[in-house]
Amino acid sequence: MNHDDIIKQGTKVYSRPRLMDDRNMHYCPGCSHGVVHKLVSEVLDEMGLENDAIGVAPVGCAVFAYHYIDIDWIEAAHGRAPAVATAAKRLNPERMVFTYQGDGDLAAIGTAETIHAANRGENIVIIFINNGIYGMTGGQMAPTTLEGMKTATTPYGRRVDLNGYPLNITPLLAQLPGTCYVTRQSVHTAATTRKCKNALKKAFKASMEGRGTAVVEVVGTCSSGWKMSPADANKWMEQHMFEAYPPGDLKDTL
Amino acid sequence: MNEEVRLMKGNEAIAHAAIRYGVDGYFGYPITPQSEVLETLEAEMPWETTGMVVLQAESEVASINMVYGGAATGKAVMTSSSSPGVSLMQEGISYIAAAELPALIVNVMRGGPGLGTIHPSQSDYFQATKGGGHGDYHLIVLAPATVQEMADFVGLGFDLAFKYRTPAMILADGIVGQMMEKVVLPPVRQRRTPEQITEQCPWAATGKSGRGHRNVVTSLELDSAIMEKNNERFQRTYAEIERNEVRFQSYYTDDCDYLIVAFGSVARICLKSIEEARKQGIKIGLIRPITLWPFPYEAIAEVAKQVKGILVVELNAGQMIEDVRLAVSHEMPVYHFGRMGGIVPNPLEVLNAFKSHFNN
Repeated sequence: MNHDDIIKQGTKVYSRPRLMDDRNMHYCPGCSHGVVHKLVSEVLDEMGLENDAIGVAPVGCAVFAYHYIDIDWIEAAHGRAPAVATAAKRLNPERMVFTYQGDGDLAAIGTAETIHAANRGENIVIIFINNGIYGMTGGQMAPTTLEGMKTATTPYGRRVDLNGYPLNITPLLAQLPGTCYVTRQSVHTAATTRKCKNALKKAFKASMEGRGTAVVEVVGTCSSGWKMSPADANKWMEQHMFEAYPPGDLKDTL
Repeated sequence: MNEEVRLMKGNEAIAHAAIRYGVDGYFGYPITPQSEVLETLEAEMPWETTGMVVLQAESEVASINMVYGGAATGKAVMTSSSSPGVSLMQEGISYIAAAELPALIVNVMRGGPGLGTIHPSQSDYFQATKGGGHGDYHLIVLAPATVQEMADFVGLGFDLAFKYRTPAMILADGIVGQMMEKVVLPPVRQRRTPEQITEQCPWAATGKSGRGHRNVVTSLELDSAIMEKNNERFQRTYAEIERNEVRFQSYYTDDCDYLIVAFGSVARICLKSIEEARKQGIKIGLIRPITLWPFPYEAIAEVAKQVKGILVVELNAGQMIEDVRLAVSHEMPVYHFGRMGGIVPNPLEVLNAFKSHFNN
């Protein structure tokens, strides 16, 4: 039995998105990036944005997003994606410009660029993957690392007196008049993944209509950085990450 | 609009020249002594006429990364700042060079180090000509001496940046930024159409439309073997620029016994010193490098054959003098006269410094 015998008319119910390249990913098993990449690929295709999209990749695990999703990309310096996207969009207003950033990129080194792009109401989408850790550099503390959470730079757990509080940046963005839609999603179950896809669609649509900055935070797992199995990481995320970063819409003016 | 003769500041000339050249975007942050560039652009409202985007960013870090983003889509984009702000931009400039993007950066230098002073200086010569940020790269560095050159070098800078796909810098001092002179502004050109940009910049991330394959603008390459090849490509570009783009101006070099080398507005002060010296029978010539990188090594070496000594005059502690010494291979005395901290010497001071070194 070969591939074609299995996939017959009416039997194919699921496949790799058309805009996703058929190549091995560098992401670890259980990582949320793969699912979010899939959703972005599907949404761009379904909305007919393949030729209009310009993605801005971050520094962090998603630095190679441009290897996987078949659209034009600009690879930004660490934290600067919203500034890069600001110019790309203002100079090409008919294009759909989005950033894809992790928590260190967006909420530590790039806080100023993120806040100011959102406050100007740039017509871009910011996709924000919050897994509470620096994955690419080997599991150091992120601005969103929870209190007590062990990382390579907080080996005995994050202490507020030493490291400050976890930064819950998305509600700050929701307060700014420049944002039109700010939501927090997850992709750890089929149901939440479907909701996240709808949120991405809504954000991309708002951006194309010039409604302002749309922010889609995805609370995700980093099983390697958290040193857990993918299944345990999902459970831990529900128990702990959702307490600090509860899923749901934070702002919806659409 | 046609050519126009106006009286204005060097900083204002940069802004007007940018609009007239058909620049697509300017991104900047206020800092003395160059804030008139952004102020003039905001007052001129070019988005109503040519469609040029003008944006005051939240920092110089954001400005240069906006330049990176705009340049990545094939647009003609620029920023301007002064010394401390240009230090903040160095990471972004390195990325622009490594991603092989054309862009124009203007540095109207003030005295440093640190917060320093708001008064004129040339103390960013090393930073501008030797790379500035991390990694092996060069900027094409143009040093204007007049308000006219402030205007002219906007177009020249962009032409060179697009020709070689590399960032160019106008390295001006606070004098030429702030002083007013007559300037002939170039005629207004149309901004390039999206079709022209696609043709000129087939590498640009403009959206895949009509291309069929994706463009990725990046400076990242984890495979060292490929990264070395990339570096070799950059170096070939720099070698080509060194062959083709050296620019300088010579004055009184036909019969000179001594040579002064100076750039920017200091060269104009030195010209006055030389004219006074000639009245006293001392034959000094002047070479004014216009491109600080690529540097006119050969031109200086050629004139050096006939002179007894060289004086390098700069508004710094001695930076360009290193390149002049390289040009003449230490075969004759090369002295330095510089003022720092925002002090500008007068022609007599330069002449006295010359005499103190050469016993005239």
